[in-house]
Amino acid sequence: MTKGGLIEVVAESTPHISKKDTEIVVNTIFESMARALQDGERIEIRGFGSFQVKVREAREGRNPKTGEPVQISAKRTPFFKVGKELKELVDRRPSPSAGSSEGF
Amino acid sequence: MTKADIVEQIYEQVGFSKKESAELVEKVFEAIKETLATGEKVKISGFGNFIVRNKNSRKGRNPQTGQEILLAARKVLTFKPSLVLKNQLNEEPPETAGISRPDGVDLSP
Repeated sequence: MTKGGLIEVVAESTPHISKKDTEIVVNTIFESMARALQDGERIEIRGFGSFQVKVREAREGRNPKTGEPVQISAKRTPFFKVGKELKELVDRRPSPSAGSSEGF
Repeated sequence: MTKADIVEQIYEQVGFSKKESAELVEKVFEAIKETLATGEKVKISGFGNFIVRNKNSRKGRNPQTGQEILLAARKVLTFKPSLVLKNQLNEEPPETAGISRPDGVDLSP
């Protein structure tokens, strides 16, 4: 599903709101989340998960083609940690049948 | 930032009532969750992709008892940030205070 598909699904479930407005809302959600991350802020969406910015420190890398060492500067990377509810939702399995190995 | 802050942004920037804003934000995250629950990935251009990955079953060990156990095959959700978002986070120098660092965690491959 793409962002367009998401807008479609949400628009269908909210007939009193135009698709155009739904599109603006969806865009605003992700823009405000990106801005928060840009400010180094942590985002927590209950039932969904959390986003956090971590710093990857500068390190010396190597050009895989030439083997030449190159300096890689520090950079900020967003990380997502899935929430408990969504984690379980994604991993919903048919109840284990008798004789199958036990999970942990 | 929490869901309430996102609702506030919608209320201020788009002009829906707080109630409508809350309802819409709720629906957006619900729709994403329902899609991921079916195993389908969700791609948000400019932000990132949420992908459900299948993990094979593997042998594990109870770290307390050392007993070997079989970990069942499972599905996990991963997030791959878009290049746009990654670049956006690096527009300013990364030496900003208040950002946690993965101390002690080696992230290099």
